[in-house]
Amino acid sequence: MTDVLEPAHVEHHDADHEEHHGATGILNWLTTTDHKVIGLSYTVTAVIMLVIGGFFAEIIRGQLASPNGHLVSLAQYNELFTMHGSVMIYLFAGPFAFGALANIIVPIQIGAPDMAFPRLNALSYWLYLTGAITMLMGFFTAGGAANFGWVGYVPLSNTLNSPGAGADLWIGGLLLTGFSAIFTGVNLCATIFYLRAPGMTMFRMPIFTWNMLVTAILILLAFPVLTAGLVMLYCDRHFGTHIFSVAGGGVPVLWQHIFWFWGHPEVYILALPFFGMVTEIIAVFSRKPVFGYKGMIFATLTIAALSLGVWAHHMFTTGVVLLPFFSIMSLLIAVPTGIKMFNWIGTMWRGEIWFSTAMLMAVGFVVTFLIGGLTGIYLASPPLDFFTHDTYFVVAHFHSVVMALVMGGLAGLYYWGPKFTGYLLNERLGKVQFWLLFLGTQLFTVPLYILGLEGMPRRMAVYPNDPQWKMLNDLSSLGAFIIGISTLLFVVNIIVSWKKYPAGDNPWDAHTLEWFTTSPPPHHNFYRLPQIRSERPTWDYNHPEHRTLHHGEHASDHDKQEATV
Amino acid sequence: MKVEAKILLGLGLFFGLMCLVYWNWSLENAGGVMMFAGMLLGFLPGGYYYWWSRRMAPRPEDNPNATQSDGAGVVGAFPGSSIFPFVMGMGAFFVVLALVFGIWLLVPGLALVVWSLLGGTAEGRRGGQH
Amino acid sequence: MPSFGAHPGVTDSSKSVYHLWQGFSVAAVIIGALAIGLILYAVLRYRRRSSDAIPAQHQYHLPLEILYTVVPILVVFGLFAATLVVENKETANPQTNVTVDVNAFQWGWQFTYPGTNALVYGQTTQSPEMVMPVDTNVHFNLTSTDVVHGFYVRAFNFSRYALPGVVNQFTIRATSTGTFFGQCTQLCGLYHSLMYFRVKVVTPAQYAQWLATFNNAADAVKAAAATKTTNEELASGVASKNTTTKFGR
Repeated sequence: MTDVLEPAHVEHHDADHEEHHGATGILNWLTTTDHKVIGLSYTVTAVIMLVIGGFFAEIIRGQLASPNGHLVSLAQYNELFTMHGSVMIYLFAGPFAFGALANIIVPIQIGAPDMAFPRLNALSYWLYLTGAITMLMGFFTAGGAANFGWVGYVPLSNTLNSPGAGADLWIGGLLLTGFSAIFTGVNLCATIFYLRAPGMTMFRMPIFTWNMLVTAILILLAFPVLTAGLVMLYCDRHFGTHIFSVAGGGVPVLWQHIFWFWGHPEVYILALPFFGMVTEIIAVFSRKPVFGYKGMIFATLTIAALSLGVWAHHMFTTGVVLLPFFSIMSLLIAVPTGIKMFNWIGTMWRGEIWFSTAMLMAVGFVVTFLIGGLTGIYLASPPLDFFTHDTYFVVAHFHSVVMALVMGGLAGLYYWGPKFTGYLLNERLGKVQFWLLFLGTQLFTVPLYILGLEGMPRRMAVYPNDPQWKMLNDLSSLGAFIIGISTLLFVVNIIVSWKKYPAGDNPWDAHTLEWFTTSPPPHHNFYRLPQIRSERPTWDYNHPEHRTLHHGEHASDHDKQEATV
Repeated sequence: MKVEAKILLGLGLFFGLMCLVYWNWSLENAGGVMMFAGMLLGFLPGGYYYWWSRRMAPRPEDNPNATQSDGAGVVGAFPGSSIFPFVMGMGAFFVVLALVFGIWLLVPGLALVVWSLLGGTAEGRRGGQH
Repeated sequence: MPSFGAHPGVTDSSKSVYHLWQGFSVAAVIIGALAIGLILYAVLRYRRRSSDAIPAQHQYHLPLEILYTVVPILVVFGLFAATLVVENKETANPQTNVTVDVNAFQWGWQFTYPGTNALVYGQTTQSPEMVMPVDTNVHFNLTSTDVVHGFYVRAFNFSRYALPGVVNQFTIRATSTGTFFGQCTQLCGLYHSLMYFRVKVVTPAQYAQWLATFNNAADAVKAAAATKTTNEELASGVASKNTTTKFGR
């Protein structure tokens, strides 16, 4: 019934079945073009960036432990939150979302031997690494690192107000990481369009791959705009142009338009990969197909399209943007996001749910993203945004959403980690990590919502001496501290589980093509491929008697199906 | 290739409609220009894919009833290890540092970039390691 | 109806904003409770009984999917309509007799009243206090002479950017007297955390008296210049300056 054939995709030599000889050690790493190694490099670098960004966060919370804190100076505080945001968004979340797991998983999910442009893929990684180093170098310059917020608004970021090299290093780092992202976007599109295995039509691709395709298209639309803006900023700073300066006839708010035209799609570039991961994980651990597969794809495309038309909801208080247009477009994004939410519930509904760590993290993602997403709806209404903008309400909103993404990313690591390392992580430690992370996140964010509504603005090194404000800040700091503990626990888990629990090809009885090959996969990914007749080729191969049911069908209709194969 | 084309064309169309409404309503030029450019970014590759999809031979990955043997043969060239991505990365790094610390850094920067372009192209023609 | 964390504020539009907040919150609570309820039910009711059991492999239910596409669209349009009503009210430009020119700068505020001699100037913790009459439409012209700043008064449920090269105009009609705290909310450099100001709403009679204290323009400017202190000196006093102030609550 199913034919399993050796893919003649790449010329096979016997040597390919052994360890790949050639350069060893560090030279091997410097010259690799294997998407699995590159993806792993991205993962490790991104997690290091997460720890650095997290370290800045803990110092911020330390400063806010008292209303008139002296842990850091006012100047250092501005550097801290700028670099916390910059490291977390530009150097951790983005690269992790589209460079880490995507690199490792997408080619295997579609049955390809590697990404379409392996050397370009490697270049993307080196641009990321050097970009990260460039940005962080700012701390070692005389003027310190960039200190004008992760959004770099002009005129604050011009030469007059930010004269140091730290600002230019911030710009330079973003130029490098920007091109890294663009090249990854090209690679993902080309790979998904051109390297699918026979029978893997577009509507049989896994949801994670679909989401990475849409993410890649968003990257190609958005990142060049940021790059152009950064070049303009650099020119204003050093080549005497007046693009953004009033005195020279320029327009400061133009920076905001350009920045947010990138900035809003960016948050969906960050979110869509994790949506995709969570979708697959929920399906696998409910032992059901993804509910509403086509609806999910439609929702993802709609989110992407709408996300390109809402940028000025970050600028409602400028007084110079078309409020109703951006308001309705922003409110509408709730609709496809809601479709996804109900499809996740539908996937779990009447399933047989196994609460592995990956599944716990995935459900934690859904609940936390729901909370963060609902608060986003308030912000889409200009009158409500006018008094919450630039307060801790917004900070709480995006941290809710971002922590949800972190849970999604951890779900992905627990789920796919065994595939690309060959070893499982300890489940009991994972569950403790989950509960600390989930409860820590709620404890961290809820007080911040209240603080924002009480009137505490963001980016404040000191705040009024009010006992309620101090208590709320302390509760939030406690939550942040618990999140830090859970992160350490993750590192402990990796160390404790090192090479301890062999995974086998398919420890989760998962559905998609990557679970058909070995853990870790061989060079060029597959010794053999199954027949592909649905979006769950591995499930179909392992459970031919449990094919997907359409609406109205019953399990007893199976016999009729069998005969038509 | 039709689905791929339709995704990009659909995006271009969406951008076009948004641009029409937004630019006329707001008279704000930055957003209008960016949306217009986005529309072109959807139509250009999408149009090409659509045109190509009607001429190309059917591919096994677009055939819902394909078997693995349909995909037999060489799929593409996948250069194995190569030093040139790292070299170009280092070149780009120095070029960016030149923006910050001084023009002289363009010397090693551009040298590395040019070396990687030449070397990488030659490597590609050679076939490279697998 | 619970406040859901917001407050009615002291202007006529701040109350409308407050009601809008409550409306949005009701919708959010209903939708959130429904979704979380379904999730909790699913994770409790559908835990696996055995590790081999494979459930029926349903993949879609078109009528249900259409329902949860259409209903949210209707909800969104409802929220948008409510938004428009309040937004039009807040951005309206009615007849006003009192105008304040607000100039934000690094790191303080200057308030001048065109047509009068009044001028108020202060840096950081000096927290300059502008005065305005109650039950009167007051027109604000807001701008900045350097970087972007944010004019935020919690009691007004309102904020607006002070943009260099742009004059942002809005009208506020306060309905209660009192002194209300304001602060800069858009990062503007070193002393951003301390760019305080106050708004004192008084009766029209008291407002007229206050205006009269500014005998001539030159005196007002001299008085403002006299308050100029370095920002560092003001910042170092922040602990003592803030201990007793209760901000606009």
